[in-house]
Amino acid sequence: MSAVLHRPAPLGGPVVTKGARVLVVLAALGVAAMVTRFAVGLGGATALNDGYPWGLWIAFDVVTGTALGCGGYAVALLVYVLNKGEFHPAVRPALLTGALGYSLAAVSILLDVGRPWLLHRVPLYVSHWNTSSALFEVALCVMTYVAVLWIEVSPSFLDSWRKGPAGLKRTLGESFLPVVEKALPFVIALGLLLPTMHQSSLGTLMLLSGKKLHALWSTPLLPLLFLISSLAMGYAVVIFESTLSSVAFKRPREGKMLAALGKVVVPFLWAWAGIRLVDVVLRGKLAFFAKPDGYVLLFLVEIALIVVPAVMLASPERRADAGALFRAAILMILAGTLYRIDTFIVAFRPGAQYAYFPSLAEILATVGIVAIEILAYVWFVKRFPILTGAAPAHAAAASQVR
Amino acid sequence: MYLDGTSGLEPLHVDDEGQNRRDFVKVALLAGAAVGLPAALSAQIAEAAVKGVKPSVIWLHFQECTGCTESLLRTSHPDVAELILDLISLDYHETLFAAAGHQAEDALKKAMKEHEGKYVLVVEGAIPQKENGIYCQIGGRTAVDILNDVAGKAGAIIAIGSCASWGGIPSADPNPTGATGAPMILKGKTVVTIPGCPANPYNFLGTVLQFATLGTLPALDEKGRPKFAYGRTIHEHCPRRAHFDAGRFVQKFGDEGHRQGWCLYKTGCKGPATHANCSVQHFGEVPDAWPIGVGHPCFGCTEQALAFRKPLHDTVDIERPTPPDTYAPLHAPMGKVAPVATGVAGLIGGALLGAGWAASKKLGTTEEASKEPRKEA
Amino acid sequence: MTLDRRSLLTGAAATAAAAIAVKTGGAEAAVKTAPADAVGLMYDTTLCIGCKTCVVACREANNKKPDTSNSNGLWDAPLDLNGQTKTIIKLYKDSDSPERSYFKTQCMHCVDPACVGACMIGALQKREKGIVTYKQEYCSGCRYCQVACPFEIPKFEWESKAPLMVKCELCNHRLAEGKLPGCVEVCPRHAVIYGTREALLAEAKKRIADHPGRYRGYKDGDPPRVFGETDGGGTQCLVLSHVPYEKLGLPALDETSQANATRSIQHGIYKGFIAPIALYAVLGAVVFRNKRAQDNDGGAA
Repeated sequence: MSAVLHRPAPLGGPVVTKGARVLVVLAALGVAAMVTRFAVGLGGATALNDGYPWGLWIAFDVVTGTALGCGGYAVALLVYVLNKGEFHPAVRPALLTGALGYSLAAVSILLDVGRPWLLHRVPLYVSHWNTSSALFEVALCVMTYVAVLWIEVSPSFLDSWRKGPAGLKRTLGESFLPVVEKALPFVIALGLLLPTMHQSSLGTLMLLSGKKLHALWSTPLLPLLFLISSLAMGYAVVIFESTLSSVAFKRPREGKMLAALGKVVVPFLWAWAGIRLVDVVLRGKLAFFAKPDGYVLLFLVEIALIVVPAVMLASPERRADAGALFRAAILMILAGTLYRIDTFIVAFRPGAQYAYFPSLAEILATVGIVAIEILAYVWFVKRFPILTGAAPAHAAAASQVR
Repeated sequence: MYLDGTSGLEPLHVDDEGQNRRDFVKVALLAGAAVGLPAALSAQIAEAAVKGVKPSVIWLHFQECTGCTESLLRTSHPDVAELILDLISLDYHETLFAAAGHQAEDALKKAMKEHEGKYVLVVEGAIPQKENGIYCQIGGRTAVDILNDVAGKAGAIIAIGSCASWGGIPSADPNPTGATGAPMILKGKTVVTIPGCPANPYNFLGTVLQFATLGTLPALDEKGRPKFAYGRTIHEHCPRRAHFDAGRFVQKFGDEGHRQGWCLYKTGCKGPATHANCSVQHFGEVPDAWPIGVGHPCFGCTEQALAFRKPLHDTVDIERPTPPDTYAPLHAPMGKVAPVATGVAGLIGGALLGAGWAASKKLGTTEEASKEPRKEA
Repeated sequence: MTLDRRSLLTGAAATAAAAIAVKTGGAEAAVKTAPADAVGLMYDTTLCIGCKTCVVACREANNKKPDTSNSNGLWDAPLDLNGQTKTIIKLYKDSDSPERSYFKTQCMHCVDPACVGACMIGALQKREKGIVTYKQEYCSGCRYCQVACPFEIPKFEWESKAPLMVKCELCNHRLAEGKLPGCVEVCPRHAVIYGTREALLAEAKKRIADHPGRYRGYKDGDPPRVFGETDGGGTQCLVLSHVPYEKLGLPALDETSQANATRSIQHGIYKGFIAPIALYAVLGAVVFRNKRAQDNDGGAA
């Protein structure tokens, strides 16, 4: 394998940039929204109601956010199961995105549940576990997976600490890095198992709502569709993020690897769209298309958002074109996001009397969480060896570290 | 059925004493019924009255208008003669006394001595406390002193009217005399309060009669009010309640709704927060002789928090809300969309899409873009 | 690349194992039936006069404050069940005909409830007599029960800072004292009655038989039937109505519960945790081998 050529290194450089300042403002607004939620309660801060008990925070922050954090899972699948070492450079940044995404999804859960101070009972009250509950499984898996992701990311900072000045950090690095490295294969395996379980169970969640979920979305195959789409989104995020970071941090673009990823994702897209269409046909729901309404349109838009990037990425030229690849990645991310938001909110119809659109506090908290995620990401890649192939200016420092 | 005198029942024509007893029974039954006492209790009252066991009553007047006495005098079942002569022994009452001056004061002393520990003290009017209580003095003694003296040897203490209950009108802002009620002076003693402006005489009578016959006081609420009379709000037994439930309100005095006898809540009726039985026990047996009966909102005279404090035409909170005459629809609309939120969401969505597209365009042309267009994770 | 094929195959094998487990599990998941001592209510719209005594009695029995939020404090007039209202009388009125009906809404106490299937650690559970009861100490307020319930029954205390779920628990605290549920006790026309599900069902069927033409089915023109006998796998609270159930806002449900459908998937995949453990074992072995090979190649961790 050619992984030897790609050594991750800290990018260095200032953390406080113009962009970072904007993000800090957005993050501050988000934190203010979160404080509001606890100060006035869910009823006052959110637009949630008894018909739409789950809104933006669950549908986007948690369900979409974790799927966007599936890059690490998706790439690890390639690298460690299918033994495709050429994708190795994508592993660390993807795992970091995953760790941040999942951690902040966990924060969103704390925001969203009514009594977060009782959540620890879910893993602890073993005799009360409801193993038929998809949400229980999701909760347990996500809690564990957050820890798994941070362990998977930890070599990056443990290694830096180990080589840093003497002190607590160095002791930590020296004592934990060997342990982590020994355990890593089994942690990685867990990091593959857990998303498989809970990304599919996120689909199972809405199956329980039965006929309240529109028939074009409600299918026993929801778990499978959610799993496939989470992988597609995972690859899309890796492409998206790598492209952006190469522009933002002036790194050489990992064009070849990203093009290869673009090829990998195509079958997932076809499976995703294909299964949905075949499922709709087999369940005899074609009648909806005879009388097209908003839901039918939405369904078609979702399919289009899957099919268009699939077609785009079928051509090697487009895969090699950074702009086209980036656009395809955006479309795939949009497809997955729309599919999830539709399944959890738009196609969820508790009754015509109920209405929901996220409140300002919900939106600001969500934007804030995304801002915090980006800030943390930038800080991490500038301080720790996450990304490979640093810009020439930092090359010397980078090689010194590794 | 006592036609032939052989039935074992009382003969139709009896001697004076029998006649007397029959009248007592009648009076007692009527009085008892009027105040809502059980029939058996009324019989006991009559029994007691016949035996001459009439409770001695000492009635003190302080800062007041004598309205409570006046309304008591206007009851017809029993009428005042029956009340004073047959049912109770009114040993001291400044308004009804023929005596005056030292003669009256002697009567008070005599009654207190003769019935020590047994007499019923009735207090009418507020007691001023400021400047050592100099604002109300009788025979050179302040109201506070008189009250403490007479109450000390009483078998039962009843504060009649809102003034005696907590201060009433004399205690209204700014309360220049420091007027207060009997319970506030007689701390630690059980004081039955019969608030009202005036107090409904039947609530007073019921209490006195129960004490006279059974030697007990009725069950009281936390403000010392007999529960039989003050256990419910006016609103709960209001004859206009149906209009309230249907949402038919008098909007202003003299309007169509007012003429139709609709609910007076919006004109400031305090009925929903006022504990009293005026709505079922009208004054002096005159039908509709009470505020709402004559088209005026209840002004909450039995409530310290309302009467002479809360403006007459201000509305009050409903103490125990109940369902209206209307029904919820099968599907009541729930949840709303805030325009600001949609606007912000639209802006964010637009900004993200625009940024993404711009970034991709830049990528398409130059691999080495320098600006940072990141906006999304 | 030498290991590719083998690892692919093992991965495929594990997936297949999981898939098989789904299939067999699906067949295994038994359809739940009501417990022998299941109790419930039966509400008959032909007897209800809409007096709302039950609404008031329910508040008293469950210590819930009147909801005056829609009436400036004047009336206890909730528009629907909510965080302080466990039962309510709604009115169905047809705009084109004189057809109208009252409808008492409260928890149906499903035989196989979706809310119970949803609840992570059993805050909502079928306990004595099949009553779906709520234990707040296990509830973190995730509201999945609300997403799941086909009748939109569980309500959330949105305005509270330590919110709980609120739903009818059939006055089980009163039943324990030998009393009837609050609504049943006060109903002046016995429009809502309490009993074992069996007895209620028999009574409902008898009423249908005794009064041809009085009761209706789910849709206009359907033969009369008892709502809740089979709907959504059956409910312990039953409804008889003189207008089609559809018009009362009752959902059209399959005869098997949605909880059962979901359970068969969850149990299928996770029964005894065999499939995940097997998958983990395979993944562990493959990752271990691949990672060692890659590390020996000189790659970074």
